[in-house]
Amino acid sequence: MKGTLSLSNGQSFQGIWKGAAKDVQGEIVFFTGMTGYEEVLTDPSYHGQIIVFSYPLMGQYGIQTAHLESESIQPAGIIVTELYEGALEKGISLFDFALQHNVPIMSGVDTRSVIQTIREDGTMQAVMQLEGKPLPAWKPIRTFLVPHVTAKAITTHGDDSPHIGLIDFGYKKSILQALLDRGCKVTVFPYTVTTDELSDYQLDGLLFSNGPGDPASLEHKLADYKKWATTYPSLGICLGHQLLASAFGASTEKLPFGHRGANHPVMNMKTNRVSMSSQNHSYVVKKDSLPDSLSVLYQNVNDGSIEGVQHNELPFITVQFHPEASPGPAEHHEVFDTFFDLIPFEKKVSTHA
Amino acid sequence: MPKHQEIKKVLVIGSGAIVIGQAAEFDYSGTQACTALREEGIEVILINNNPATIMTDETTADRVYFEPLTVESVKAILEKEKPDGLLATVGGQTGLNLAMALTDQGILEEYGVKLLGTEIESIKMAEDRDAFRSLMKKLNEPVPDSEIIYTVEEALAFANTAGYPVIVRPAYTLGGFGGGIASTEEAFISLVEQGLSASPIHQCLVEKSIAGYKEVEYEVMRDASGTCITICNMENLDPVGVHTGDSIVVAPSQTLHDKEYHMLRTASINIIEALGIVGGCNIQFALHPETSEYFLIEVNPRVSRSSALASKATGYPIARLAAKLAVGYSLHELKNPVTGTTFASFEPALDYVTVKIPRWPFDQFSEANRKLGTQMKATGEVMAIERSMESAFQKAIRSLDMKLDGLFLPAFSSWEVQSLKEILTEPDDRRLFAMLELLKRGTTAEEIVNLTGISPYFLHVLSKLIHSHQDLSEMTWTEITQDRLAYAKKLGFTDQQLSSLWNVPANLIRTQRKKWGITPSYRMVDTCAAEFEAKTNYFYSTWSGSTDQRESVKPKVAVIGSGPIRIGQGIEFDYCCVHSVIALQKLGYEAVLINNNPETVSTDYETADALYFEPLTSEDILNVLEAEGIDQVIVQFGGQTSINVAKELEESGITLLGSTSELLDQMEDRDRFYTFLESIGLPVIPGFSANQPAEVWQAADDLSYPILLRPSYVIGGSGMIKLNSDEELETYLASAQIEYPVLVDKFIEGKEVEVDVLSDGKNAWISAVFEHIEGTGVHSGDSISITPPLNLPAKMLDHVCDVSMHIAKNLAFTGLFNIQFVCQKDTLYVIEINPRASRTVPISSKVTNVPLVQHATALMLGTEFNDLGIHKNFNGQRGFTVKAPVFSHIKLPDLSPALTPVMTSTGEVIGSDSNPDIAIQKALTGASQQLADLWSGKGSIYMTAETANDTLIGEWTDKGMHVFTPSELSFDEWMKRSDKKALLSFESDTPLIKKAAIHRLHIWTRPETAQAFLGTLSPRKGAFV
Repeated sequence: MKGTLSLSNGQSFQGIWKGAAKDVQGEIVFFTGMTGYEEVLTDPSYHGQIIVFSYPLMGQYGIQTAHLESESIQPAGIIVTELYEGALEKGISLFDFALQHNVPIMSGVDTRSVIQTIREDGTMQAVMQLEGKPLPAWKPIRTFLVPHVTAKAITTHGDDSPHIGLIDFGYKKSILQALLDRGCKVTVFPYTVTTDELSDYQLDGLLFSNGPGDPASLEHKLADYKKWATTYPSLGICLGHQLLASAFGASTEKLPFGHRGANHPVMNMKTNRVSMSSQNHSYVVKKDSLPDSLSVLYQNVNDGSIEGVQHNELPFITVQFHPEASPGPAEHHEVFDTFFDLIPFEKKVSTHA
Repeated sequence: MPKHQEIKKVLVIGSGAIVIGQAAEFDYSGTQACTALREEGIEVILINNNPATIMTDETTADRVYFEPLTVESVKAILEKEKPDGLLATVGGQTGLNLAMALTDQGILEEYGVKLLGTEIESIKMAEDRDAFRSLMKKLNEPVPDSEIIYTVEEALAFANTAGYPVIVRPAYTLGGFGGGIASTEEAFISLVEQGLSASPIHQCLVEKSIAGYKEVEYEVMRDASGTCITICNMENLDPVGVHTGDSIVVAPSQTLHDKEYHMLRTASINIIEALGIVGGCNIQFALHPETSEYFLIEVNPRVSRSSALASKATGYPIARLAAKLAVGYSLHELKNPVTGTTFASFEPALDYVTVKIPRWPFDQFSEANRKLGTQMKATGEVMAIERSMESAFQKAIRSLDMKLDGLFLPAFSSWEVQSLKEILTEPDDRRLFAMLELLKRGTTAEEIVNLTGISPYFLHVLSKLIHSHQDLSEMTWTEITQDRLAYAKKLGFTDQQLSSLWNVPANLIRTQRKKWGITPSYRMVDTCAAEFEAKTNYFYSTWSGSTDQRESVKPKVAVIGSGPIRIGQGIEFDYCCVHSVIALQKLGYEAVLINNNPETVSTDYETADALYFEPLTSEDILNVLEAEGIDQVIVQFGGQTSINVAKELEESGITLLGSTSELLDQMEDRDRFYTFLESIGLPVIPGFSANQPAEVWQAADDLSYPILLRPSYVIGGSGMIKLNSDEELETYLASAQIEYPVLVDKFIEGKEVEVDVLSDGKNAWISAVFEHIEGTGVHSGDSISITPPLNLPAKMLDHVCDVSMHIAKNLAFTGLFNIQFVCQKDTLYVIEINPRASRTVPISSKVTNVPLVQHATALMLGTEFNDLGIHKNFNGQRGFTVKAPVFSHIKLPDLSPALTPVMTSTGEVIGSDSNPDIAIQKALTGASQQLADLWSGKGSIYMTAETANDTLIGEWTDKGMHVFTPSELSFDEWMKRSDKKALLSFESDTPLIKKAAIHRLHIWTRPETAQAFLGTLSPRKGAFV
């Protein structure tokens, strides 16, 4: 079966349709990492998007449950140059995985050209459908997606200390795992949790997670978040970073085509050391909007954008990139350690990974 | 951190002659480093005695010293030049060893020279086994258990704790001699006994075997401020057990999931950080396919063959940036030269795959041991870039430039399945083709996975090719639709392969294919998977998607490269291609280069205006030419590889600059060539072409022995043999695989001379005349040669020049050609005319200071001969220059070191001086450490019974040499002496010389070669020029 990928700028690309036979529409984005499709496909930050992999071969090492970042495939559709369907050393095939989750794949697509288009015209709405069908009506790019991926109920993991509240905008399992590996007790809260509910849990710190969509879509929650970050030592990751910066007065804007990959150089402004980071975001905190209370902690080497901030008085730091890696370089785990250093706490964490 | 301002002058150490394991990649890294330093306004002084390199051009370094790479020479240069810094990490192991010796002897300190880049302590930490192991222990980085042992008991004690299998590596034996892997105690004991006796110091390293693990490499860079990045990771198709230089390698890794990829990346960064490397570093890991457990195999604290491969695979110029880091810059201060907008502190993202396949010399050396193991045996390699693994493999296989039937090795068609399977478990250079052949015969991928330990992924790729090949072969041309043809092309099948499947001419397929609009697109290697706009002109073809357009305004000419380095077709042709590119640019053309060798300067994307990384078949070349709209190509500089496609390119309407393919054929077809010689009044060596054995016998009768047999169109004298009797001829005809027609010539005893001629068909200029020290019967590539000639009578030299000019004026040829002569008394015979650049062109250019290839290119494009500004022959050549061959026999067990018409050397060095004996001494001591030791009075020599006589012994002992003969000491006893250096054995091939060769000794099998060295022990006095 042949399929068509149509972009809202009028361009279209052909490919072979694999898996679920359903049409999908979503914002088209691309990921440039050469490994990590297991993690990317299950990262809630990609919820509802159509993902294009720049690396042309996908599926060679199969899918293993242990590598998944959430229970299901988050993107609405998957675009690849070539899907591997041969024997595997372990795990199930990417094809079977997508079929199980009812997510279509289009293979044999000229992904480099798709990416060049996105690079020129920015991310845009796109439709994947079987060849020959008429185009559906274009929907606007969805920006308010957090309700679709946030926790349905409050759950607690681990039983040691400190006790960290994970505010869930669509967190990746490896963030929870990074906390558990450091001996934390973690309670996961839906993003709609109230201040009173939080205070019942005797938390030592808060982690504002990653998640999909526009930070501005949660403007109605910023006052609460500012209050929390004033109360608890906090760490913001990705969307969590954007929300905390916004809560303290910064504004955000959308990048033309975002940063999604495993090779984004960021500089630690304290040490001047550059390291590679794992990234997945469309929005950034505007540089000139930063209030005096915040200073830049990390900066992107290529485009100079803000990659992390710290509050000048309060104990909170944020990062735009993903210190938990998965996928991508694992050299920013120190961000978690810096976070723990902000927590006044009797029994210091002993098991730094 | 900005650049160190105090560094104004730097000495760069090159890697010297090409040997197996240290080859053209160091011309690439050295050239990049020199260029990077000069960009910073630093004066660059270079020591390297390998003439066939771009690195040693005066345009690359400010001053070049063609001196032996010894502590003494470097010291003398430091004394004279007084540089501020020394860069030793771009000269391979040779560079590192010299840096360590210079530091240990306090010489760097004495001259106040700073070692740039990685500190010596870090280098030593990485090189010293014990220091390295204890550092890794501290970092919790696992290294395989190992122990140095002197007795079987110690070995058993180790094996009992570590468990089997265990690898035994005898100390100081090379070529893997005496070692191996044991899985049982019984086998282990016998292996240890064998190893201990093979080791001159009775010492072995026993190591827990991790054979069968996946082998994965990372190329890492670090700057002085501690920023670490990994440029590329690479996965070996061959599991641990085969040297990575002998492994098929893909980049990036294919079967590692993200957790494994980053586990090893994190380990790499921890290691490079702990070592404190500044610059590039290569780290090799073994990864368990099921448990993800890993071991560290090796760390190379310098740029390497792998870093050259990684640079070409990603577009990231590692050596160039390593040189910038060495003079103080940080990675984030340097721009990524590919995008021009992003910074060097990032990790390339690829949106294609690359496949590297090594090129081995065993098609030329059938008697050598071709088993692959822990010692590297390949002389070169090819790389292919594509967006699918199947087509990347097809491209890489084509690029090998071997005699193949598409995916198959013709010789295997008659092999039994069982014999093919033996190659799977005991790998040799043909394992890839054994797998393909077995898949064709129905062996399952699963069985091959079990026999080889290769990941199922790679077997899936190979089976997909074989299954498609079978599907395609069951179709007929009339059934072929546009979709089917497009599918075949996407899998990498050439029109030529399809034409033999469908029994139609390749041209017909090509024409129909173009009618259907099935042509390749060309994609850019941009380091960032299209995320950012890039300006590079580095391209590869792929059979789907659109093309990344390249802007061009000037007229264009394509230069065809020489492919992988092999015996007889070495780095000299890469040198020539690069010079041709430079000339084209100077003349106002855009130079488009096509080549597939990842090691070289020609495939640096900064060399040509556009680089196409492609196989060198006529189809691949024509596709590029059509996409670029080019109709003029230069084939003179890519060795036999580019000459071989000349005819087909011309038939497709392409203009060959310099000469027609008709003329090339006239020079290479023996009958036509002899007719040509006779037509211009030159004597020809009596000889015949023979189409069958009976004709060979007839020719032998007519000519009388000795005779010389050879095939047409050969590289490096491959298949050439001197036969002295009916018995020898009978044995040869019975044993060898002979491809008729063969040429049978009278073997002429005499002196060989060769000449490089620059010509436009009317005017000609002789750049240099080289006299071969050894008489006929030794391949020109293996003989010591000297220019200007030393022992040639003036009258004969004039005659050589006259005949050369006469030939030039009678050939409709523009450019460079090479003539090989033999002088027998007063008669001068032309042995052959090579209508292309030759091995000696870089030397000719360097000794005369005339850019021969650039002039040749200019002539081809219409520059008048008189405008070149060269007049007197040899251009007033300064002093004598001697070229000495360098061999890699220690890496090629069972290959005879006897000099014959078949070339066996892998590289060469030169030495120059106004005194010929000193020039010879510089060349010989630069070519061989044993000769350098002997020359300084260290060591003994041995003469076999047949060779030794009182006169000869007297000649050597008179010069203070310590000579042993069988009457005093048996050969085996002498081999136990620590001062053994050289063996004289002039009789026909004996097992002794092979044994001596793999023990790294110098071997003289021709009296002339030995005499040349003897003469250097008391150089003659007086003026010579």
